[in-house]
Amino acid sequence: MTKKPVQFQLNGSPVAVFSDEGQNLLDLLRRGVGDLSPKYGCGQGTCGSCTVIIDGEPRLSCLTLAETVEGQHVETTNGLANGPDLHALQEAFMENFAAQCGYCTPGMLMAAKALLDRTPRPSRAEIVEAISGNICRCTGYEPIIDAILAASGQPTRRTG
Amino acid sequence: MAIHKGRGFACINYPIGMNLGGDPSQALVHSTPDGKFMVSLSSIDLGQGMKSVTRQIAAETLGVPVSDVYVDTADSDTGPHCMGSFASRGTHRVGNAVIRAATEARKALLEAAAEELEVNATDLETDGQGNIQVKGAPGRTITVADTAIAAQFKQGRTLSGRGIFLIPPSDVDPDTGEMTPVSCFAHAALVVDLEVDDETGEVSVTEINSAYEVGRALNPRLVEQQLIGGAWMGVSHALYETTEPYYPDRSHGPVDFNTYLMPGPGEVVNHNIAVLERPAEDAPFGGKGPGEMCANPVLPAIANAVYNAVGVRCDTLPITPEKVLRGILANGGARPQGAR
Repeated sequence: MTKKPVQFQLNGSPVAVFSDEGQNLLDLLRRGVGDLSPKYGCGQGTCGSCTVIIDGEPRLSCLTLAETVEGQHVETTNGLANGPDLHALQEAFMENFAAQCGYCTPGMLMAAKALLDRTPRPSRAEIVEAISGNICRCTGYEPIIDAILAASGQPTRRTG
Repeated sequence: MAIHKGRGFACINYPIGMNLGGDPSQALVHSTPDGKFMVSLSSIDLGQGMKSVTRQIAAETLGVPVSDVYVDTADSDTGPHCMGSFASRGTHRVGNAVIRAATEARKALLEAAAEELEVNATDLETDGQGNIQVKGAPGRTITVADTAIAAQFKQGRTLSGRGIFLIPPSDVDPDTGEMTPVSCFAHAALVVDLEVDDETGEVSVTEINSAYEVGRALNPRLVEQQLIGGAWMGVSHALYETTEPYYPDRSHGPVDFNTYLMPGPGEVVNHNIAVLERPAEDAPFGGKGPGEMCANPVLPAIANAVYNAVGVRCDTLPITPEKVLRGILANGGARPQGAR
Protein backbone atom coordinates (compact mmCIF):
# COMPACT_ATOMS: atom_id res chain seq x y z
CA MET A 1 0.00 0.00 0.00
CA THR A 2 1.36 3.38 -0.99
CA LYS A 3 2.09 5.83 1.82
CA LYS A 4 1.63 9.49 1.14
CA PRO A 5 3.15 12.28 3.28
CA VAL A 6 0.62 14.83 4.54
CA GLN A 7 1.48 18.10 6.29
CA PHE A 8 -1.14 20.26 7.92
CA GLN A 9 -1.83 22.40 10.99
CA LEU A 10 -3.59 20.55 13.82
CA ASN A 11 -4.93 22.91 16.47
CA GLY A 12 -2.25 25.45 15.55
CA SER A 13 0.71 23.06 15.54
CA PRO A 14 2.36 21.64 12.42
CA VAL A 15 1.84 17.93 11.84
CA ALA A 16 3.64 15.74 9.32
CA VAL A 17 2.43 12.16 8.94
CA PHE A 18 2.14 9.42 6.33
CA SER A 19 -1.37 8.54 5.28
CA ASP A 20 -2.34 5.22 3.78
CA GLU A 21 -3.87 5.22 0.33
CA GLY A 22 -7.57 5.98 0.70
CA GLN A 23 -7.29 6.61 4.44
CA ASN A 24 -9.89 8.96 5.85
CA LEU A 25 -9.00 11.90 8.07
CA LEU A 26 -10.69 10.44 11.15
CA ASP A 27 -8.52 7.35 10.97
CA LEU A 28 -5.40 9.45 10.33
CA LEU A 29 -6.13 11.69 13.33
CA ARG A 30 -6.91 8.82 15.68
CA ARG A 31 -4.33 6.21 14.63
CA GLY A 32 -1.71 8.24 12.78
CA VAL A 33 -1.54 11.36 14.96
CA GLY A 34 -2.99 9.96 18.20
CA ASP A 35 -5.69 12.62 18.59
CA LEU A 36 -8.59 10.54 19.93
CA SER A 37 -10.98 13.46 20.42
CA PRO A 38 -12.93 13.02 17.16
CA LYS A 39 -15.13 9.94 17.64
CA TYR A 40 -15.92 7.11 15.23
CA GLY A 41 -19.69 6.69 15.24
CA CYS A 42 -21.28 5.47 12.04
CA GLY A 43 -18.37 5.83 9.62
CA GLN A 44 -20.75 6.90 6.87
CA GLY A 45 -21.27 10.60 7.53
CA THR A 46 -24.63 10.36 9.28
CA CYS A 47 -24.02 10.77 13.02
CA GLY A 48 -21.63 13.75 13.17
CA SER A 49 -19.54 12.47 16.09
CA CYS A 50 -16.36 12.75 13.97
CA THR A 51 -16.95 16.44 13.13
CA VAL A 52 -13.76 18.54 12.91
CA ILE A 53 -13.18 22.04 11.58
CA ILE A 54 -11.14 22.37 8.39
CA ASP A 55 -10.21 25.92 7.41
CA GLY A 56 -13.15 27.26 9.42
CA GLU A 57 -15.78 24.87 8.05
CA PRO A 58 -17.31 21.95 9.98
CA ARG A 59 -16.44 18.73 8.18
CA LEU A 60 -17.11 15.04 8.70
CA SER A 61 -13.63 13.60 9.13
CA CYS A 62 -14.85 10.06 8.34
CA LEU A 63 -15.79 11.19 4.83
CA THR A 64 -12.71 13.38 4.27
CA LEU A 65 -9.81 11.82 2.38
CA ALA A 66 -6.81 12.36 4.68
CA GLU A 67 -4.45 13.61 1.98
CA THR A 68 -6.84 16.40 1.03
CA VAL A 69 -6.01 18.37 4.21
CA GLU A 70 -2.48 19.03 2.94
CA GLY A 71 -1.59 22.60 3.95
CA GLN A 72 -4.93 23.18 5.69
CA HIS A 73 -5.87 24.07 9.28
CA VAL A 74 -7.63 21.29 11.16
CA GLU A 75 -9.26 21.89 14.55
CA THR A 76 -10.40 19.16 16.94
CA THR A 77 -11.88 19.17 20.45
CA ASN A 78 -8.36 18.54 21.80
CA GLY A 79 -7.45 22.09 20.81
CA LEU A 80 -10.38 23.81 22.53
CA ALA A 81 -8.99 24.14 26.05
CA ASN A 82 -6.06 26.45 26.71
CA GLY A 83 -4.13 24.54 29.35
CA PRO A 84 -6.43 24.36 32.38
CA ASP A 85 -8.77 27.00 30.92
CA LEU A 86 -11.72 25.40 29.21
CA HIS A 87 -13.25 26.94 26.09
CA ALA A 88 -16.48 28.89 26.70
CA LEU A 89 -18.38 26.14 24.89
CA GLN A 90 -16.92 23.43 27.11
CA GLU A 91 -17.84 25.44 30.23
CA ALA A 92 -21.35 25.99 28.91
CA PHE A 93 -21.80 22.30 28.02
CA MET A 94 -20.82 21.45 31.60
CA GLU A 95 -23.02 24.08 33.23
CA ASN A 96 -26.05 23.14 31.12
CA PHE A 97 -25.73 19.36 31.51
CA ALA A 98 -25.34 19.06 27.73
CA ALA A 99 -23.61 15.67 27.91
CA GLN A 100 -24.83 12.37 29.22
CA CYS A 101 -22.90 9.46 27.67
CA GLY A 102 -20.63 12.00 25.99
CA TYR A 103 -20.09 10.22 22.68
CA CYS A 104 -21.63 12.95 20.52
CA THR A 105 -20.04 15.76 22.56
CA PRO A 106 -16.79 16.29 20.59
CA GLY A 107 -18.75 16.53 17.34
CA MET A 108 -21.35 18.82 18.91
CA LEU A 109 -18.60 21.08 20.27
CA MET A 110 -16.91 21.40 16.89
CA ALA A 111 -20.20 22.00 15.04
CA ALA A 112 -21.01 24.67 17.64
CA LYS A 113 -17.56 26.26 17.46
CA ALA A 114 -17.75 26.52 13.68
CA LEU A 115 -21.09 28.29 14.11
CA LEU A 116 -19.93 30.71 16.82
CA ASP A 117 -16.71 31.50 14.92
CA ARG A 118 -18.75 32.99 12.08
CA THR A 119 -21.95 33.93 13.97
CA PRO A 120 -21.09 35.04 17.52
CA ARG A 121 -24.75 35.47 18.57
CA PRO A 122 -26.73 32.88 16.63
CA SER A 123 -30.50 32.53 16.84
CA ARG A 124 -32.03 29.37 18.23
CA ALA A 125 -32.97 28.36 14.66
CA GLU A 126 -29.39 28.88 13.50
CA ILE A 127 -28.14 26.68 16.35
CA VAL A 128 -30.62 23.93 15.48
CA GLU A 129 -29.50 24.13 11.85
CA ALA A 130 -25.81 24.02 12.83
CA ILE A 131 -26.15 20.82 14.92
CA SER A 132 -28.78 19.16 12.72
CA GLY A 133 -26.10 16.83 11.31
CA ASN A 134 -25.11 15.62 14.76
CA ILE A 135 -27.09 12.84 16.43
CA CYS A 136 -27.50 12.74 20.22
CA ARG A 137 -29.34 9.79 21.75
CA CYS A 138 -29.35 10.88 25.40
CA THR A 139 -30.10 14.53 26.02
CA GLY A 140 -33.07 15.31 23.76
CA TYR A 141 -30.94 18.18 22.32
CA GLU A 142 -32.55 20.86 24.48
CA PRO A 143 -29.59 21.16 26.92
CA ILE A 144 -27.15 21.28 23.98
CA ILE A 145 -29.09 24.11 22.34
CA ASP A 146 -29.16 25.85 25.74
CA ALA A 147 -25.41 25.40 26.17
CA ILE A 148 -24.66 26.99 22.81
CA LEU A 149 -26.99 29.90 23.62
CA ALA A 150 -25.22 30.32 26.97
CA ALA A 151 -21.76 30.16 25.39
CA SER A 152 -22.74 33.01 23.09
CA GLY A 153 -23.91 35.10 26.07
CA GLN A 154 -27.63 34.69 25.40
CA PRO A 155 -30.46 33.65 27.70
CA THR A 156 -31.41 29.97 27.61
CA ARG A 157 -34.78 28.33 27.98
CA ARG A 158 -33.88 27.70 31.62
CA THR A 159 -32.56 31.19 32.41
CA GLY A 160 -35.29 32.70 30.23
CA MET B 1 -58.32 18.67 5.08
CA ALA B 2 -57.33 20.04 8.44
CA ILE B 3 -54.90 19.98 11.35
CA HIS B 4 -56.51 18.37 14.40
CA LYS B 5 -55.32 19.04 17.93
CA GLY B 6 -55.24 16.17 20.40
CA ARG B 7 -54.42 15.63 24.04
CA GLY B 8 -53.41 12.34 25.62
CA PHE B 9 -52.68 11.21 29.14
CA ALA B 10 -50.73 8.33 30.64
CA CYS B 11 -49.41 7.45 34.05
CA ILE B 12 -46.94 4.90 35.29
CA ASN B 13 -45.89 3.04 38.41
CA TYR B 14 -42.34 1.97 37.78
CA PRO B 15 -40.39 -0.64 39.77
CA ILE B 16 -36.94 0.38 40.99
CA GLY B 17 -34.80 -2.71 40.50
CA MET B 18 -36.00 -6.28 40.12
CA ASN B 19 -35.25 -9.04 42.58
CA LEU B 20 -36.67 -12.18 41.03
CA GLY B 21 -33.32 -13.90 41.61
CA GLY B 22 -31.95 -11.65 44.33
CA ASP B 23 -30.60 -8.24 43.46
CA PRO B 24 -27.26 -7.34 45.12
CA SER B 25 -24.71 -4.59 44.58
CA GLN B 26 -21.43 -4.09 46.39
CA ALA B 27 -19.21 -1.09 47.09
CA LEU B 28 -15.75 -0.72 48.58
CA VAL B 29 -14.44 2.54 50.04
CA HIS B 30 -10.85 3.25 51.05
CA SER B 31 -8.82 6.34 51.82
CA THR B 32 -5.64 7.36 50.09
CA PRO B 33 -2.70 8.33 52.36
CA ASP B 34 -3.58 12.02 51.91
CA GLY B 35 -7.14 11.67 53.15
CA LYS B 36 -9.09 11.44 49.91
CA PHE B 37 -11.59 8.63 49.53
CA MET B 38 -11.93 6.21 46.66
CA VAL B 39 -15.21 4.41 46.00
CA SER B 40 -14.74 1.24 43.96
CA LEU B 41 -17.72 -0.10 42.06
CA SER B 42 -18.26 -2.27 39.05
CA SER B 43 -21.55 -0.51 38.39
CA ILE B 44 -21.54 1.36 35.10
CA ASP B 45 -22.09 5.06 34.51
CA LEU B 46 -23.56 5.08 31.00
CA GLY B 47 -24.35 8.76 31.16
CA GLN B 48 -27.12 8.64 33.73
CA GLY B 49 -24.88 10.13 36.43
CA MET B 50 -24.02 7.08 38.54
CA LYS B 51 -20.58 8.50 39.32
CA SER B 52 -21.97 11.89 40.41
CA VAL B 53 -24.71 10.45 42.60
CA THR B 54 -22.58 7.78 44.33
CA ARG B 55 -19.91 10.44 44.90
CA GLN B 56 -22.47 12.68 46.63
CA ILE B 57 -23.78 9.75 48.70
CA ALA B 58 -20.27 8.71 49.78
CA ALA B 59 -19.25 12.28 50.71
CA GLU B 60 -22.45 12.84 52.69
CA THR B 61 -22.03 9.57 54.59
CA LEU B 62 -18.30 9.99 55.25
CA GLY B 63 -18.75 13.62 56.28
CA VAL B 64 -16.07 14.92 53.91
CA PRO B 65 -16.23 17.41 50.99
CA VAL B 66 -17.53 15.96 47.72
CA SER B 67 -14.31 17.15 46.06
CA ASP B 68 -12.36 14.70 48.25
CA VAL B 69 -14.24 11.66 46.94
CA TYR B 70 -13.45 9.79 43.75
CA VAL B 71 -15.57 7.08 42.18
CA ASP B 72 -13.93 4.37 40.13
CA THR B 73 -16.41 2.29 38.18
CA ALA B 74 -13.47 0.28 36.82
CA ASP B 75 -14.66 -3.07 35.55
CA SER B 76 -15.98 -6.39 36.82
CA ASP B 77 -12.42 -7.80 37.12
CA THR B 78 -11.27 -5.20 39.64
CA GLY B 79 -14.45 -3.82 41.21
CA PRO B 80 -16.76 -5.54 43.69
CA HIS B 81 -19.79 -7.30 42.23
CA CYS B 82 -22.79 -5.40 40.90
CA MET B 83 -25.81 -6.80 39.08
CA GLY B 84 -25.58 -3.94 36.62
CA SER B 85 -27.02 -0.65 35.44
CA PHE B 86 -30.55 -1.66 34.45
CA ALA B 87 -34.10 -1.68 35.79
CA SER B 88 -33.58 1.85 37.15
CA ARG B 89 -31.77 0.28 40.09
CA GLY B 90 -28.48 2.22 40.15
CA THR B 91 -29.21 5.00 42.63
CA HIS B 92 -31.25 2.74 44.91
CA ARG B 93 -29.18 -0.46 45.04
CA VAL B 94 -25.67 0.92 44.53
CA GLY B 95 -26.39 4.02 46.61
CA ASN B 96 -27.41 1.82 49.56
CA ALA B 97 -24.24 -0.28 49.17
CA VAL B 98 -22.14 2.91 49.11
CA ILE B 99 -23.83 4.16 52.29
CA ARG B 100 -22.91 0.92 54.07
CA ALA B 101 -19.32 0.93 52.84
CA ALA B 102 -18.87 4.61 53.67
CA THR B 103 -20.40 4.12 57.13
CA GLU B 104 -17.80 1.45 57.89
CA ALA B 105 -15.00 3.66 56.53
CA ARG B 106 -16.26 6.60 58.59
CA LYS B 107 -16.12 4.43 61.71
CA ALA B 108 -12.46 3.59 60.98
CA LEU B 109 -11.75 7.27 60.25
CA LEU B 110 -13.19 8.40 63.58
CA GLU B 111 -11.37 5.63 65.47
CA ALA B 112 -8.05 6.71 63.95
CA ALA B 113 -8.80 10.36 64.75
CA ALA B 114 -9.79 9.38 68.31
CA GLU B 115 -6.42 7.71 68.79
CA GLU B 116 -4.62 10.88 67.67
CA LEU B 117 -6.78 13.21 69.78
CA GLU B 118 -6.79 10.80 72.75
CA VAL B 119 -10.57 10.90 73.06
CA ASN B 120 -13.43 8.45 72.58
CA ALA B 121 -14.48 8.03 68.93
CA THR B 122 -18.13 8.48 69.87
CA ASP B 123 -17.31 12.03 71.01
CA LEU B 124 -16.12 13.04 67.52
CA GLU B 125 -17.96 14.69 64.64
CA THR B 126 -17.03 15.77 61.13
CA ASP B 127 -17.68 19.28 59.82
CA GLY B 128 -18.01 18.27 56.16
CA GLN B 129 -15.08 20.55 55.32
CA GLY B 130 -12.30 18.03 55.91
CA ASN B 131 -11.98 18.36 59.71
CA ILE B 132 -12.81 16.09 62.63
CA GLN B 133 -13.51 17.76 65.97
CA VAL B 134 -14.53 16.90 69.51
CA LYS B 135 -18.23 17.63 69.98
CA GLY B 136 -18.64 20.83 71.94
CA ALA B 137 -14.91 21.58 71.83
CA PRO B 138 -14.18 22.93 68.36
CA GLY B 139 -10.57 23.68 69.39
CA ARG B 140 -9.80 19.95 69.68
CA THR B 141 -9.58 19.15 66.00
CA ILE B 142 -7.61 17.16 63.44
CA THR B 143 -7.90 17.22 59.67
CA VAL B 144 -9.07 14.18 57.72
CA ALA B 145 -5.76 14.39 55.83
CA ASP B 146 -3.66 14.22 59.04
CA THR B 147 -5.85 11.39 60.30
CA ALA B 148 -5.24 9.44 57.08
CA ILE B 149 -1.49 10.05 57.31
CA ALA B 150 -1.43 8.87 60.93
CA ALA B 151 -3.53 5.82 60.11
CA GLN B 152 -1.32 4.88 57.19
CA PHE B 153 2.16 5.59 58.57
CA LYS B 154 1.81 5.46 62.37
CA GLN B 155 -1.17 3.38 63.42
CA GLY B 156 -1.04 0.81 60.62
CA ARG B 157 -4.77 1.01 60.07
CA THR B 158 -6.82 1.16 56.88
CA LEU B 159 -9.61 3.71 56.63
CA SER B 160 -11.84 1.51 54.57
CA GLY B 161 -15.27 -0.01 54.41
CA ARG B 162 -17.23 -2.74 52.66
CA GLY B 163 -20.86 -2.51 51.71
CA ILE B 164 -23.44 -4.71 50.07
CA PHE B 165 -27.12 -4.11 49.54
CA LEU B 166 -29.22 -7.14 48.73
CA ILE B 167 -32.89 -7.42 48.05
CA PRO B 168 -33.27 -11.17 48.61
CA PRO B 169 -34.94 -13.38 46.02
CA SER B 170 -38.71 -13.40 46.24
CA ASP B 171 -40.29 -16.84 45.93
CA VAL B 172 -43.79 -17.32 44.63
CA ASP B 173 -46.30 -18.51 47.19
CA PRO B 174 -47.48 -21.85 45.72
CA ASP B 175 -51.02 -21.38 47.03
CA THR B 176 -51.73 -17.77 46.18
CA GLY B 177 -49.14 -16.96 43.48
CA GLU B 178 -48.21 -13.96 45.58
CA MET B 179 -44.68 -12.60 45.51
CA THR B 180 -42.76 -9.38 46.09
CA PRO B 181 -40.58 -8.79 43.05
CA VAL B 182 -40.14 -5.11 43.84
CA SER B 183 -39.70 -3.13 47.05
CA CYS B 184 -39.72 0.42 45.75
CA PHE B 185 -41.87 2.14 43.14
CA ALA B 186 -41.56 5.49 41.40
CA HIS B 187 -44.57 7.21 39.82
CA ALA B 188 -45.33 9.65 37.04
CA ALA B 189 -48.17 11.20 35.08
CA LEU B 190 -47.73 12.79 31.69
CA VAL B 191 -49.87 14.84 29.29
CA VAL B 192 -49.00 15.17 25.61
CA ASP B 193 -50.43 17.79 23.28
CA LEU B 194 -50.03 17.19 19.58
CA GLU B 195 -51.37 17.93 16.12
CA VAL B 196 -52.38 15.45 13.43
CA ASP B 197 -52.54 16.45 9.78
CA ASP B 198 -55.41 14.43 8.30
CA GLU B 199 -54.04 14.96 4.78
CA THR B 200 -50.52 13.61 5.39
CA GLY B 201 -51.10 11.57 8.56
CA GLU B 202 -48.17 13.34 10.13
CA VAL B 203 -48.13 13.70 13.93
CA SER B 204 -46.34 16.68 15.54
CA VAL B 205 -45.96 16.77 19.31
CA THR B 206 -46.33 20.37 20.48
CA GLU B 207 -45.92 20.15 24.26
CA ILE B 208 -45.33 17.71 27.08
CA ASN B 209 -46.30 18.34 30.69
CA SER B 210 -45.25 15.81 33.29
CA ALA B 211 -45.09 15.19 37.01
CA TYR B 212 -42.53 12.69 38.33
CA GLU B 213 -42.32 11.27 41.83
CA VAL B 214 -38.84 9.77 42.10
CA GLY B 215 -38.15 10.03 45.79
CA ARG B 216 -35.71 12.72 46.82
CA ALA B 217 -33.96 14.21 43.78
CA LEU B 218 -30.40 13.66 44.99
CA ASN B 219 -29.08 15.73 42.09
CA PRO B 220 -31.99 17.80 40.75
CA ARG B 221 -30.30 18.88 37.53
CA LEU B 222 -29.34 15.30 36.67
CA VAL B 223 -32.91 14.17 37.35
CA GLU B 224 -34.36 16.93 35.17
CA GLN B 225 -31.88 16.16 32.39
CA GLN B 226 -32.73 12.46 32.45
CA LEU B 227 -36.44 13.25 32.29
CA ILE B 228 -36.00 15.61 29.31
CA GLY B 229 -33.77 13.20 27.41
CA GLY B 230 -35.93 10.19 28.22
CA ALA B 231 -39.13 11.89 27.09
CA TRP B 232 -37.45 12.77 23.80
CA MET B 233 -36.57 9.10 23.38
CA GLY B 234 -40.20 8.22 24.13
CA VAL B 235 -41.38 10.57 21.37
CA SER B 236 -38.85 8.96 19.07
CA HIS B 237 -40.09 5.44 19.82
CA ALA B 238 -43.73 6.48 19.52
CA LEU B 239 -43.47 8.23 16.16
CA TYR B 240 -40.27 7.33 14.35
CA GLU B 241 -38.06 4.44 15.32
CA THR B 242 -38.36 0.87 14.10
CA THR B 243 -36.18 -1.72 12.47
CA GLU B 244 -39.17 -3.55 10.93
CA PRO B 245 -41.85 -1.07 9.81
CA TYR B 246 -43.92 -3.95 8.36
CA TYR B 247 -43.08 -6.50 11.04
CA PRO B 248 -42.64 -9.43 10.68
CA ASP B 249 -41.87 -8.56 7.06
CA ARG B 250 -38.40 -6.99 6.93
CA SER B 251 -39.11 -4.91 3.84
CA HIS B 252 -38.49 -1.16 3.97
CA GLY B 253 -36.52 -1.61 7.20
CA PRO B 254 -33.47 0.56 7.83
CA VAL B 255 -30.11 -0.99 7.05
CA ASP B 256 -27.84 1.71 8.50
CA PHE B 257 -27.82 5.09 10.23
CA ASN B 258 -28.74 6.79 6.97
CA THR B 259 -32.10 5.07 6.75
CA TYR B 260 -32.93 4.75 10.46
CA LEU B 261 -35.48 7.42 11.28
CA MET B 262 -35.09 9.49 14.42
CA PRO B 263 -35.93 13.07 15.37
CA GLY B 264 -33.23 15.70 15.42
CA PRO B 265 -32.73 19.01 17.23
CA GLY B 266 -35.45 20.55 15.02
CA GLU B 267 -38.09 18.28 16.56
CA VAL B 268 -37.40 19.27 20.19
CA VAL B 269 -40.63 19.58 22.15
CA ASN B 270 -41.20 21.97 25.03
CA HIS B 271 -41.41 19.82 28.15
CA ASN B 272 -42.50 21.21 31.53
CA ILE B 273 -41.58 18.98 34.45
CA ALA B 274 -42.70 18.97 38.05
CA VAL B 275 -40.54 16.76 40.26
CA LEU B 276 -42.39 15.68 43.40
CA GLU B 277 -40.20 14.49 46.23
CA ARG B 278 -41.51 11.72 48.46
CA PRO B 279 -38.37 10.15 49.93
CA ALA B 280 -38.56 6.35 49.98
CA GLU B 281 -37.84 4.66 53.29
CA ASP B 282 -35.43 2.04 51.98
CA ALA B 283 -33.73 4.34 49.46
CA PRO B 284 -30.38 6.12 49.91
CA PHE B 285 -31.29 9.54 51.37
CA GLY B 286 -34.74 8.84 49.92
CA GLY B 287 -33.69 8.82 46.24
CA LYS B 288 -35.31 6.23 43.95
CA GLY B 289 -34.07 7.03 40.45
CA PRO B 290 -35.84 8.15 37.25
CA GLY B 291 -34.14 5.59 35.01
CA GLU B 292 -36.26 3.93 32.35
CA MET B 293 -39.62 5.37 33.40
CA CYS B 294 -38.73 8.72 31.84
CA ALA B 295 -39.38 7.29 28.35
CA ASN B 296 -42.25 4.88 28.99
CA PRO B 297 -45.39 6.98 29.64
CA VAL B 298 -44.74 9.14 26.56
CA LEU B 299 -45.73 6.31 24.21
CA PRO B 300 -49.26 5.59 25.49
CA ALA B 301 -49.87 9.33 26.00
CA ILE B 302 -49.06 9.97 22.33
CA ALA B 303 -51.22 7.03 21.19
CA ASN B 304 -54.10 8.41 23.29
CA ALA B 305 -53.56 11.93 21.94
CA VAL B 306 -53.67 10.67 18.34
CA TYR B 307 -56.98 8.95 19.11
CA ASN B 308 -58.23 12.14 20.73
CA ALA B 309 -57.23 14.16 17.66
CA VAL B 310 -58.56 12.03 14.79
CA GLY B 311 -60.27 8.99 16.33
CA VAL B 312 -57.66 6.51 15.12
CA ARG B 313 -56.53 3.89 17.62
CA CYS B 314 -53.00 2.74 16.70
CA ASP B 315 -51.99 -0.40 18.57
CA THR B 316 -48.56 -0.87 17.00
CA LEU B 317 -45.49 1.34 17.12
CA PRO B 318 -44.29 3.57 15.69
CA ILE B 319 -47.41 5.56 14.86
CA THR B 320 -46.49 6.31 11.27
CA PRO B 321 -48.34 8.66 8.90
CA GLU B 322 -49.38 5.58 6.90
CA LYS B 323 -51.08 3.96 9.91
CA VAL B 324 -52.85 7.21 10.79
CA LEU B 325 -54.05 7.71 7.21
CA ARG B 326 -55.26 4.11 6.87
CA GLY B 327 -57.12 4.52 10.15
CA ILE B 328 -58.76 7.75 8.99
CA LEU B 329 -59.71 6.07 5.71
CA ALA B 330 -61.24 3.07 7.52
CA ASN B 331 -63.28 5.43 9.70
CA GLY B 332 -64.50 7.33 6.65
CA GLY B 333 -62.72 10.50 7.76
CA ALA B 334 -61.13 12.11 10.78
CA ARG B 335 -63.23 11.77 13.92
CA PRO B 336 -61.99 14.27 16.49
CA GLN B 337 -62.94 13.09 19.99
CA GLY B 338 -63.23 16.58 21.43
CA ALA B 339 -61.54 18.44 24.20
CA ARG B 340 -61.04 16.78 27.57
